[in-house]
Amino acid sequence: MTARVGIPRGLLYYYYGPLWTKFFKCLDAEVIISAPTNKKIVEMGVKNTVDEACLPVKVYHGHVMDLVDRKVDYIFLPRLMSVYRNEYICPKFCGLPEMVNHSIKKLPIMIQPTIDFRKSKKDLSKIVWEVGSYFTKDIRKIEGAFQEALKNYYRYKEALGKGWLPIDMLKGDRDQSMHQNICHRDKVALLGHPYNLYDAYISMNIIEKLRSHQLDVLTPECMDKIVINQKAATMDKKMFWSFGRKIIGTALHVMEQEEVRGIIYLSSFGCGLDSVIADIVERRIRRHSNKPFALLTLDEHTGEAGMDTRIEAFVDMIKWRRNHENYFSTHGQYIHTH
Amino acid sequence: MKITFPHMGNTYIPIKALFDDLGVETVVPPKCSKKTLELGTKYAPELICLPLKINLGNYIESIEKGADTIAIVGSCGPCRFGYYSEVQKEILRDLGYNVEIVVLEIPEGDIVEFCNRIGKITNTKNPIKIMKCFANAMKVLRKINGFEEKVLRLRPYEVNKGDIDELYHQLVKKLEDSTGSKAMIHHMDWAMGRLQEVPLDRKRDVLKVGIVGEIYTVIDDFSNLDIGKKLNDMGVEVHKSLSAGEWMTDVIYYRSIGTSRERRIWDAAEPYVQVCIGGHGRETIGNTVRYAEEGYDGVIQLMPFTCMPEIVSMSIMPKVQEEKNIPVLSLMIDEMTGEAGYQTRLEAYIDLLRNRREKNKSKKSN
Repeated sequence: MTARVGIPRGLLYYYYGPLWTKFFKCLDAEVIISAPTNKKIVEMGVKNTVDEACLPVKVYHGHVMDLVDRKVDYIFLPRLMSVYRNEYICPKFCGLPEMVNHSIKKLPIMIQPTIDFRKSKKDLSKIVWEVGSYFTKDIRKIEGAFQEALKNYYRYKEALGKGWLPIDMLKGDRDQSMHQNICHRDKVALLGHPYNLYDAYISMNIIEKLRSHQLDVLTPECMDKIVINQKAATMDKKMFWSFGRKIIGTALHVMEQEEVRGIIYLSSFGCGLDSVIADIVERRIRRHSNKPFALLTLDEHTGEAGMDTRIEAFVDMIKWRRNHENYFSTHGQYIHTH
Repeated sequence: MKITFPHMGNTYIPIKALFDDLGVETVVPPKCSKKTLELGTKYAPELICLPLKINLGNYIESIEKGADTIAIVGSCGPCRFGYYSEVQKEILRDLGYNVEIVVLEIPEGDIVEFCNRIGKITNTKNPIKIMKCFANAMKVLRKINGFEEKVLRLRPYEVNKGDIDELYHQLVKKLEDSTGSKAMIHHMDWAMGRLQEVPLDRKRDVLKVGIVGEIYTVIDDFSNLDIGKKLNDMGVEVHKSLSAGEWMTDVIYYRSIGTSRERRIWDAAEPYVQVCIGGHGRETIGNTVRYAEEGYDGVIQLMPFTCMPEIVSMSIMPKVQEEKNIPVLSLMIDEMTGEAGYQTRLEAYIDLLRNRREKNKSKKSN
């Protein structure tokens, strides 16, 4: 019987999903991804997490519970402390395995390697072996599986660079015509953490909503890495959160781009990183550019209607701006004199 | 140059001593008040943690009093504290204040830049003088921490209620009026002597509670609504697991020689957390375990609202409580925290501890 490995569809699944899935598949394991976020998952998550945790972490707990219900043999829940040199991801990621282990009962065998590349990447092969050894003792097979997984992951990243979003890729919906359609339209930059942006339930499908308004969506994931790193390096102090660096770099870059009509920051309530980054981004944008900026905060109580209203208002504003070429009436006057 | 710095409990006193000794003019921010917090809350990002809001309020009030340079320490993650300086810089700039913020940290291992920064605020290039002044300031810091610790231990036993408080207020007044570490150490020795003479009633049945959590809210009595005094008044002896002095010694001395006194705390936390989760998250767990083993009646965890590392430790707490058999109360503090509700929660918790102790006693006597 093949081993069943569960991967929660949350947090950095939207980044490393293709890598993890392929790796376990190559090791002849059956990979089970938890169901796309739904009401039940959110509810289970909220019930089993401390109240003060942020929405994505709560939802992640829900995904783990979903996997427990599906009776998987293993759950893959890596402790992602740091993936780039001298950078962190988020304190909650460092303690995620503890949070899950101590809040959810009846867990199957947990595969929890610690990924900490803050000082160097020399532990990588050890981690790969550690994870692989749950399934086979054959080192060459593990190595081969990892190479395959890496290839799959690079393909995924390459596609992201071409303007695909993880939301399209992970759906498996590679409709080329759609991609061509969405070029040469007005662009909106959507900032935030990948696990908020690409989880259609958490984000209330904001990407599709913007697209349905004939807008092209740019996210930190489709930016040129070199450009955003350069921009992020202009901060006085090095941004020590990897996602913070990406978001700030993207914000500083898009704010100078003519074709980007507006910037939306999607943040989750209680997110420590967002409280810092969103504030800096907002201040910079207001100071140095005249682009519209909106900060949308999500939590488990957010109503979809309210969110829709805000998105529509934002889109209307962008359209008016374009039609009137940034010519606005001063307060109390009409734009057209006749 | 007029330099200012945050309060952080009584930590501003040794910092003032340091700059006094160096001959740098300082502006001590006015005592934290409702206005401080209001200023901070108004201009800081909505969801940022409380210490930043209080600091920001401190700075604005100091700037109004003429300060033009702000000195703070920094870190490089993963907790938000590392980016405080940048956020504050942006806010103060938007408010139109022209101040310089000097962050005392070693940016990406750049020692030269660190020395430049030190040179900028110390008014001297003589490293021996700087070291000497610093050592004296550390002495002041350790003494004041020692005094605070004693106060928290002795206050529930005092025969004439208010003796120790009066002494404490006198000391703070004297320290604020004095200049330089020498005078301060003199006052503190005087106060220590007086403290020994306060009549105590050691026969009282006093509970013991340890305080763990995020360092700023643990140390700063303004932000934790003086939890130490509140508990002392309920007849509880209090011990705080963190102090600025110990933290500084650890960061500067022990870590630089590659070891850490925190090791024993980490060992205690080992069954629950194995890695650093930022801030003092790991220490929170470790200290809770140690308090349980030392026979404390309970542990209170303090943290500002949305504090990331403490949320992680908070979710581990139920297991620690169960396995170590110690009741833990987690208190989240933000600018909306009402004193009455806070007091009620503390009272309920202390009642629980008292009942628990009675029960254990009667069990033993049976």
